Amino acid sequence: MVAPSRSSTAPLRADHVSKRFGDLVALDDVSLSLAAGQCLALVGESGSGKTTLLRCFNRLVEPDTGRILVEDVDAGQLDPVALRRRIGYVPQDGGLLPHWRVQRNVELVLRLVEAPDAAERARAALSLVGLDPGRFADRWPRELSGGQRQRVAIARALAAHPKLLLLDEPFGALDAITRAELQDSFTALRAELSMTCVLVTHDLHEATLLATTIAVLRRGRIEQCAAPELLVRAPATDYVRTLLARVRVSHVATAVPT
Amino acid sequence: MIAIAVFCLLQASLRAEATRPVIVASKPFGESYLLAEMFAQLLEARGLRVDRRPGLGATEIAFRALRSGAIDVYPEYTGTGLLAILREAPLASASAVYQRVSTEFRRRFAVRWLPPLGFQNSYAIAVRRATADSLHLATLSDLAKHASSVRAGLTPDFIGRADGLPGLQRAYALRFADVRALGPAVKYQALAAGQVDVIDGYSTDGLIARYDLVVLDDDRHFFPPYEAAAMVSERLATDVPAAVAALSELSGRLDERQMRALNRRVEVDGAPVAGVARDALSALSLIGAPARAAATDDRRSGVIAYLSSERGRLLQLTRRHLLLVAVSLIVAILVAVPLGLLLERTALRAEAVIRGVGVLQTLPGIALLAFMIPLLGIGITPALVALVLYSLYPIVRNTYSGVRDADPAAVAAARALGMTDAQILRHVRLPLATPIIMAGIRTAAVIDVGTATLAAFIGAGGLGEPIVAGLALSDTRMILSGAIPAAVLALLVDGGLGLVERYTRPGR
Repeated sequence: MVAPSRSSTAPLRADHVSKRFGDLVALDDVSLSLAAGQCLALVGESGSGKTTLLRCFNRLVEPDTGRILVEDVDAGQLDPVALRRRIGYVPQDGGLLPHWRVQRNVELVLRLVEAPDAAERARAALSLVGLDPGRFADRWPRELSGGQRQRVAIARALAAHPKLLLLDEPFGALDAITRAELQDSFTALRAELSMTCVLVTHDLHEATLLATTIAVLRRGRIEQCAAPELLVRAPATDYVRTLLARVRVSHVATAVPT
Repeated sequence: MIAIAVFCLLQASLRAEATRPVIVASKPFGESYLLAEMFAQLLEARGLRVDRRPGLGATEIAFRALRSGAIDVYPEYTGTGLLAILREAPLASASAVYQRVSTEFRRRFAVRWLPPLGFQNSYAIAVRRATADSLHLATLSDLAKHASSVRAGLTPDFIGRADGLPGLQRAYALRFADVRALGPAVKYQALAAGQVDVIDGYSTDGLIARYDLVVLDDDRHFFPPYEAAAMVSERLATDVPAAVAALSELSGRLDERQMRALNRRVEVDGAPVAGVARDALSALSLIGAPARAAATDDRRSGVIAYLSSERGRLLQLTRRHLLLVAVSLIVAILVAVPLGLLLERTALRAEAVIRGVGVLQTLPGIALLAFMIPLLGIGITPALVALVLYSLYPIVRNTYSGVRDADPAAVAAARALGMTDAQILRHVRLPLATPIIMAGIRTAAVIDVGTATLAAFIGAGGLGEPIVAGLALSDTRMILSGAIPAAVLALLVDGGLGLVERYTRPGR
């Protein structure tokens, strides 16, 4: 039996990453690795460092020490703008540009990389997220519901076919029903595109629904990083146990033999 | 003798073809307009070309303009030259004052005083006839006794100058119950309406008679002699000697009684300045008799009728006004928008710079114009520079704030998706800030339309011209003929830019 080589290409790796903001320690020696096609959920409370870690991945934040490796290349060596264009990004509130119609918003990255067929690919991306381009392409962002805006944001992130997608609490601001719909759509989409994702959420329940791996962060450190089933069955620390006790993760619990 | 005269005339008319026009200016009050017009008509009658620049700011602006060569001649008073320009102590004798200013101005400023015109126009402290009767006032000494019950309305100029209120108070041991600063245009009305009890006027003012005022006798001879004379630049004497010769013909020809009568026709009867000047010159046999008696303008005809009769000139002034506003606004936008964007990129100094630009806004218009005359002369250039400076602040402020505060979520998303800073500025911040920038431009434009009326003070024309002249000649219709189109223009400019704003609003 041959152990998988450590040097095989990992889409994303954090290597002893630390970051301080003044006196505040946002990340404290964080290391993790993500295999292709995985979906990693970063879970934690406000101030746990989960968003800072996400923002390190596309160099919106520069680590003080340690490295981020994207496809085994030190991100610090890459042009940050070029790096960001390669990585999809979905912000919490959609972050649609209010002065552009849906079509133009979805074309954003395609136009930045000067893709020749930006218009068609944008329409394809809209279809992919379940929005009829004929109905939605010419609308202004303010004419959309919260769920529709978030779908457009996902379409915009996917339009240029990135290998890696970062999502910062993408469904956090939605009502329960819309959130459930989007979570389902997202799961289906991920299965279809077999894309590597990193998802920030404060909602452990959501993490168990969407992720293949969950990293629980607390005060800038990883408490536990494991598959949802394992995390639920065998919480590594008291903190993870407490966190689990607060949410109902029945679908995982029933799926896992006790 | 006749041969010499003919020769001179011939020479003058020959030269006129070759030489430049003589720029004749005045200060913004009735008598100054009238004298300047007499100068101009006299020069024209001697075959010289004339460029008229009436109603320049005040002493400061007119004198700076003369010194810098922007104008060639304007009527001035020896006492003003001595006290306000040379800042020397008053002298009692008129000839001593003339000698002094004559020598000093030539030496220090290359400016020449032609021999006085023949009348004095001193300060005149005036009260209503009823006040004079009830308090038995005939002299300033009488006034001093009752000063504690008297409210004074004085021009700011008079309140500030050594030969004005401070000196008067010392000379007569006089303390008014209350001193209010009043503009020259409103002081007579204020006195007549009983808002104040005493004002400073000029001894030859036509309005003294119009309002039946009593001028109190300066029994301690505090006010120095103010002999009127043409003040010309040395340059004129070199360039167009015939002009100096022509202007000198008026020396010693006008006495106070004549002048008061002429002023009265302009200020009280509302006769056009040009007609009164023509009559006066003709009465002095300096020009031929006018072809027709100067029509006495009917000041009682309505404002509408006046506007309509003047519409040709008003249209021309409105065009000039619009030109001033448009050019200054465009230049201000070209300077202020990039400056605001630049400041957003270097947030550190931004507030300090913007506050600095804001200070410009607080400078009084006249002061700013006066500062600029030595650099830019008079006319349209300094007016444009001043208007640009006044327009900068609202545009810089709004550009900076608008770009800085552009939807943070949109800006963050644009960065996360790989836009460069320049792309974020161009495609996100700037379009999102456009309505705020446009609001700044609209504010600047409306302020600009109002401020551009000041351009008249430095001979740049525009709708300020009838306003300034109307104030000087206390002609309400003339004031309104400038003020109404200016107000309409402000509304139109604001409305027009409002439409532009609607079209530039993102996601409209």
